[in-house]
Amino acid sequence: MNPLIPLFVMIPLAGAFLIMITGRFAVWFGRYLTTLILTVLAAFSIFSLAVTGENTAVYKVGGWEPLNGIPIGIHMVMDGFSVIVLCIINIVGVLAALYSIPYIKRYTSENYYYSLFCLMIGGMNGVVLSGDIFNIFVFLEVSAISSYALVAFGVEKNELEASFKYQVLGALASFLILLGIALIYWKTKTLNIADIREVFSTGYDRTYYLFVQILLLGGFGLKAAMIPFHAWLPDAHSSAPSPISAMLSGVFIKAVGIYVIIRLFFNMFIVTENISILITVMGTLSMAVGVFLAIGQWDIKRLLAYHSISQMGYVILSTGIGMILIARGKSPEIAALAIAGGLFHLVNHAAFKGLLFFNAGAIEYSTGTRDLQEMGGLAGSMPATHATSFIASMSISGIPPFNGFFSKLIIIIAAIMAGFYLLAALAVVVSIITLASFLKFQRYAFYNKPENKDDKKNKEVPLPMVFSMVIMGILCILLSLLAFPGIRETILEPAINILTDPLKYSSLITGS
Amino acid sequence: MIVYCLCFVLFLTGLYGVLTRRNLVKIAISLSLMECSLFLFLALIGYTEGGIAPIVDPADPVKNYVDPLPQALVLTAIVIGLATTAMLMAVIIRLYRKYGTFDIREIKELRG
Repeated sequence: MNPLIPLFVMIPLAGAFLIMITGRFAVWFGRYLTTLILTVLAAFSIFSLAVTGENTAVYKVGGWEPLNGIPIGIHMVMDGFSVIVLCIINIVGVLAALYSIPYIKRYTSENYYYSLFCLMIGGMNGVVLSGDIFNIFVFLEVSAISSYALVAFGVEKNELEASFKYQVLGALASFLILLGIALIYWKTKTLNIADIREVFSTGYDRTYYLFVQILLLGGFGLKAAMIPFHAWLPDAHSSAPSPISAMLSGVFIKAVGIYVIIRLFFNMFIVTENISILITVMGTLSMAVGVFLAIGQWDIKRLLAYHSISQMGYVILSTGIGMILIARGKSPEIAALAIAGGLFHLVNHAAFKGLLFFNAGAIEYSTGTRDLQEMGGLAGSMPATHATSFIASMSISGIPPFNGFFSKLIIIIAAIMAGFYLLAALAVVVSIITLASFLKFQRYAFYNKPENKDDKKNKEVPLPMVFSMVIMGILCILLSLLAFPGIRETILEPAINILTDPLKYSSLITGS
Repeated sequence: MIVYCLCFVLFLTGLYGVLTRRNLVKIAISLSLMECSLFLFLALIGYTEGGIAPIVDPADPVKNYVDPLPQALVLTAIVIGLATTAMLMAVIIRLYRKYGTFDIREIKELRG
């Protein structure tokens, strides 16, 4: 198990370097190497998911063993929670790489695109596997800088403006995170998450760490586009090339935003009630405001981007409810249920939002427009896109046989059991508005045929794009199996145990 | 303590610049200012009064050393900052070519 951990970071970084060198001589090299790398990494991550379970694997970079029980050097940690996010990153990654092969041909300098893509994957894998807060910052910057470049990849007016906005806000977020890390190091004199937790359990200055928590929540909240910090997301996600939009919306905001927030606030800080209420309020705001901003949009990718804010609100809301229950120290099984709902929705969102962005890209590829009012009648000419986007739309709005229904159901049940009736009702209302918004998308894109338009010129997209969309559509249906007993225990349960038991993570790593 | 406060003042100065300036290059400069204040803060964290360079002397291992770890962190952060600034400037140059201005009020294609 252990030897696989550093490969998740090393292979994509080495791949990015190789593509830049060989891209001058062989342009085709990048696209096949990227697909190969991502396939290998996806296989590794599925293998890791199968073997990790309750055991936590630690890789010590450079072989620096702990001295007197205090970790020195950099630790890379793979536990039940990080392995789930790792699977999301690499599986959506391989499908996005396949999808890029025909899609990206319209841009020049393909090899730069694939090189940046590999860098972004390497950075995200690094964030997820890192057991050290400064290392999280370094890998976060690696993936963030490559995503800035990928957002601006079209180098037209819109792309550059979106990238500039994204970079300024992203840089502010990085500074807040770095300030938070510096303040933590000042007091605890260590950077290892598990070791910081050990220091916290000996003495915890609530007011000092409340300031640090707010700094980190601001920083990672900006990266995750929670509602007061959401301004960059619709611009950046709608301007990027479609496979990158799918990566940014489906994976990036989770791996560098939500994952780190959950990891730090559950496993590093001691859960306190005031910060958990703040997180729940931010989640509720994201959920409700995001969907209202989405409903008036006519640009497909902007509409999907606002729905990302809203769906991430569900995840934050649900884990926030779990945090409140843990902080109050009562009904741990309801807290576990709430966190399970959040994690399950995190996985599902990667599947259906990735698929929806693939669909938006396919429509744009075929018709050349992103405006819902200009398209229509695509149901006949693009059957695969139509079928998969129907699955994804039903998933995101929570219609029964699809995965989104089960995760939203768990979240709503957990909210009711915890006594937050208003939040449960709000979650239902937001889900209905989401359904309305996606019915609009279905109607304007695929039915509602405008009069003087011949549908002969709109063709179905090339095979690799169809393949990616169909696989994602199958995943959308299969993931609902995670809700059922048997599968849930093996995949979601280890992650929930790591998060709900306050001292488990640190004791597994420092060994005390 | 006054040095730490001055660091924070520098951070806030940069933040003020980012929020109020209209020129793209001035925004980039303000971001660099914020970055520098953080580097100073990180370097200050490791400093101890009268500390010497952390090269352990086997004859007398318990001297007053400065903490070397924040210095390593600052070096890493400076390299990252260089990459961020280079990326930002590249996008600003491209924006200038497209719009012919550095004024942020003129650059407003994306709305809503």
